[in-house]
Amino acid sequence: MGRVAAKPFSQPAVTLALIAAHGLTEEEHRKIVHLLGREPNYTELGVFSVMWSEHCSYKSSRVHLKLLPTEGKAVIQGPGENAGIVDIGDGLCAAFKMESHNHPSFIEPYQGAATGVGGILRDIFTMGARPIASLNSLRFGSFDHPRTRYLLGGVVAGIGGYGNCIGVPTVGGEVFFDESYNANILVNAFTLGIAEKRRIFKGTAKGAGNPVMYVGAKTGRDGIHGATMASEAFSEESEKRRPTVQVGDPFTEKLLLEACLELMKKNWLVGIQDMGAAGLTSSSVEMAARGGAGIELELSRVPLRETGMTPYEILLSESQERMLLVAKKGQENQVKKIFERWDLDAVVVGKVTKDRTFRAFFGGAEVAAIPVAALTSEAPVYHRPAERPATQDELQRLELEKVPQPEDLGVVLKQLLDSPNIASKEWVFRQYDHLVRSNTVVGPGGDAAVIRIKGSHKALAVTVDGNGRYCFLDPYVGGILTVAESARNLACVGARPLGLTDCLNFGSPERPEVMWQFSQVIQGMRDGCAALGVPVVSGNVSFYNETDGVPIYPTPTVGMVGLLSKVQRHVTPWFKSAGDLIVLLGRTREELGGSEYLKLVHGSVKGTPPWIDLRLERAVQESCLKAIEKGILRSAHDVSDGGLAVALAECCIGGPEKSLGARIELREMMRPDALLFGESQSRIVVSVKEKDLGRLRDIAAKEGAPLQILGEVGGPRLAIQPLLQLPVEELRAAWAGALERRLRRDEG
Amino acid sequence: MRWGVIVFPGSCDDQDVYDCLKHVLKQKVEFLWHKDRLGRDIDCVVLPGGFSYGDYLRCGAMARFSPIMQGVVEFARNGGLVLGICNGFQILCEAGLLPGALTRNASLQFVCRQVHLRVEEIDTPFTSAAKKGQLLKLPVKHGEGCYYADPATLERLQKNRQILVRYVDGKGRPTAAANPNGSLENIAGVCNEARNVFGLMPHPEDASEKLLGSEDGAKIFSSVIAACGTRGKRAWVA
Repeated sequence: MGRVAAKPFSQPAVTLALIAAHGLTEEEHRKIVHLLGREPNYTELGVFSVMWSEHCSYKSSRVHLKLLPTEGKAVIQGPGENAGIVDIGDGLCAAFKMESHNHPSFIEPYQGAATGVGGILRDIFTMGARPIASLNSLRFGSFDHPRTRYLLGGVVAGIGGYGNCIGVPTVGGEVFFDESYNANILVNAFTLGIAEKRRIFKGTAKGAGNPVMYVGAKTGRDGIHGATMASEAFSEESEKRRPTVQVGDPFTEKLLLEACLELMKKNWLVGIQDMGAAGLTSSSVEMAARGGAGIELELSRVPLRETGMTPYEILLSESQERMLLVAKKGQENQVKKIFERWDLDAVVVGKVTKDRTFRAFFGGAEVAAIPVAALTSEAPVYHRPAERPATQDELQRLELEKVPQPEDLGVVLKQLLDSPNIASKEWVFRQYDHLVRSNTVVGPGGDAAVIRIKGSHKALAVTVDGNGRYCFLDPYVGGILTVAESARNLACVGARPLGLTDCLNFGSPERPEVMWQFSQVIQGMRDGCAALGVPVVSGNVSFYNETDGVPIYPTPTVGMVGLLSKVQRHVTPWFKSAGDLIVLLGRTREELGGSEYLKLVHGSVKGTPPWIDLRLERAVQESCLKAIEKGILRSAHDVSDGGLAVALAECCIGGPEKSLGARIELREMMRPDALLFGESQSRIVVSVKEKDLGRLRDIAAKEGAPLQILGEVGGPRLAIQPLLQLPVEELRAAWAGALERRLRRDEG
Repeated sequence: MRWGVIVFPGSCDDQDVYDCLKHVLKQKVEFLWHKDRLGRDIDCVVLPGGFSYGDYLRCGAMARFSPIMQGVVEFARNGGLVLGICNGFQILCEAGLLPGALTRNASLQFVCRQVHLRVEEIDTPFTSAAKKGQLLKLPVKHGEGCYYADPATLERLQKNRQILVRYVDGKGRPTAAANPNGSLENIAGVCNEARNVFGLMPHPEDASEKLLGSEDGAKIFSSVIAACGTRGKRAWVA
């Protein structure tokens, strides 16, 4: 290839201290020397350090992730690509993925969250899919922690700032507060896209001699070693890491999105991949690995926005809004023309080679030459020791009789509705454009968002869910519950699950108790997925979420996508009219372990998470789905945080129109607090017209789901006889403005 | 009639308007590229919502210099119908086709929510299908929608009845709580003196189908369709 004049680069000497500073162990260094047959130079050391980082290599998680079921009828692309893809019929498919941006968001909340959104969007459109909806799963520290409000404000503004500007609606998500995340917030961003089945693109480099092209924004020094940062625990030093956080430019990404989708309608592309973590290095190496080829880059051709950048910096920069593509030879100029139309750089920076080696040149001089396999398949894989913590038994011990019963259950209900975890998240959602592209049938606030597919009668439903507290108390059961709740949320709107993506947020894998949590969660998710028939099609692992030696709760979050064959049939959680009967599908058990009530009212995170029987779960979900498909449900709402009383209150007050009351009778023989606020699983509150009750009974009986008539919609109050009675407007007042009240109080 | 929807770099709601016009209202519609000249056969030009040029500078400040805008100004001066929605409204103000300016929301936050609009004037090609005082349910979604005009301009707007829609509550009252962005006098949309250029912050294209929660937005588009149908092309020459 042609050479361009560039200032010769002299490689600094590789010392033991330098190796350690790159986060590589001595053993890993020995392995590098073995694989290369020599010492790596400085640039190569940088390349190894990012490619072998936990973030890029999955070296601690890989052996466990293999357990997850990844196959299913609808699966077109499972894990291993930029995103997973499922078939949705009519020649269309859905691409989706969730990814963490935890560390950067803690250090610089606006840009950290914004670039998290930007990154996941690129993962979707690089597959040839137009992004149609984003969601996010957010976890902050306790609301009273001095840093929480700053982080909350910054993260929400950053998500909105990027998503709104690029024109992809943010249609939902979850926001949770707990002191476990005081020093390690979680920002997990999810995006869903739609592609034509015959126009799916992959990150692959094939065909020796084909040009490798760089498109999008110019490269700067931002984000160098971001992937390495994401693979370390935090300490007080982390603040100094601010310069490793990238800055997002949603406008450039919007241009990149449109230009790429325009290019993908042509027949000029071999493969394309986003430059995410570890930038140019990981994109070229991964593409070469998938294509069984080599790649050669001339780094002096990379468009730069700073002067004097070294090859090391160019290779490791994590500047945003860039893509790498392999075009068919001879089509370079055509490709360039499309990007020029959108005022973007498109430059040939290298070519595909046969020798399965990653080579980088700088002004003609070779600065790195590493076999692709050494960076990918030969990367270290660790079977890290796992051990159940000695404290787990004590943690699970909850003697219900020692938990005092509250005197006024109505006060407790209001307290729960007013708590940051249960209160309306409108303050968050109204900062997101959840309507752009005019497909949003159900936006934020429902059990799942519903996005119609224009030109068809179908819709996709999406939800993101997680519960770190359950996983902390019993990671295996917590893993099951995470998957089960997600599928239940889809069932509540009438959608059958097609697949899920996950973000596995944990502490340091070097701690045996964290590895135990990790492996237990994976096994739980595996069993949940298998029982409910939901394959895992993509995902991401985020380790080292700990500060000064204290890990966060093990927090897997999942984003699940389901299909509604008739969008008109979708159901929302809110009661519709007075006189409708309120019915519970499922059964309430006397249990309080891990509940929001136990934490909020009694300050305790103890016990075992709610019991689950996956056959019962399936029966309840199937009953709900069949009833919706038959058009007899007027509303459906999952019972989760805060239990039955909170679910009923949300059905009364959560809707966009005016509140409706309900008259309920509960006469179970159990502790009233468990009856009202316990979080027994596999429960859905539905409402039906009286005339349809018989049909609902038939469906539930056939599926084997318990059914209990709770009462009827109507009146100005939520009356749960004989336990509590409150005006719905009072409940709405507690719930609706709770976040804003707290935020404003601080300002004043 | 024929609609043209301008695509600026960074336009986001261009597809929404296009789909609404083409598939819901069964109109002839085409996209107009910002680098091109404005074609001669367009009856109504729509400047859609979004973040033209990223809006890193003042909203709309860059887009007004797009090559196509010269044609749009000329088109408007000759009586052509021009509708600016959200970012389009901002661009029209920056281009001097509409009076006043749109500044940062009083809350200093982006706001996406349903609002009620009261139709104040119906003798325009954009509101003729509504009744005077009719309430429309539409969404807003913007960070800089706080309408401002100096006292002299405001007086002129009132005198010429150029304020076409106001933010009101469900009962039609222009209260502070009903105002999503702190706009002067709850102003949500204004037209020019000749009444052929209209800009509004709310999005009629996202509220023209029952499935999306409201069909009220279609009133705006059907007014234009009626105006073009009955009076012929470029009928609103002053």
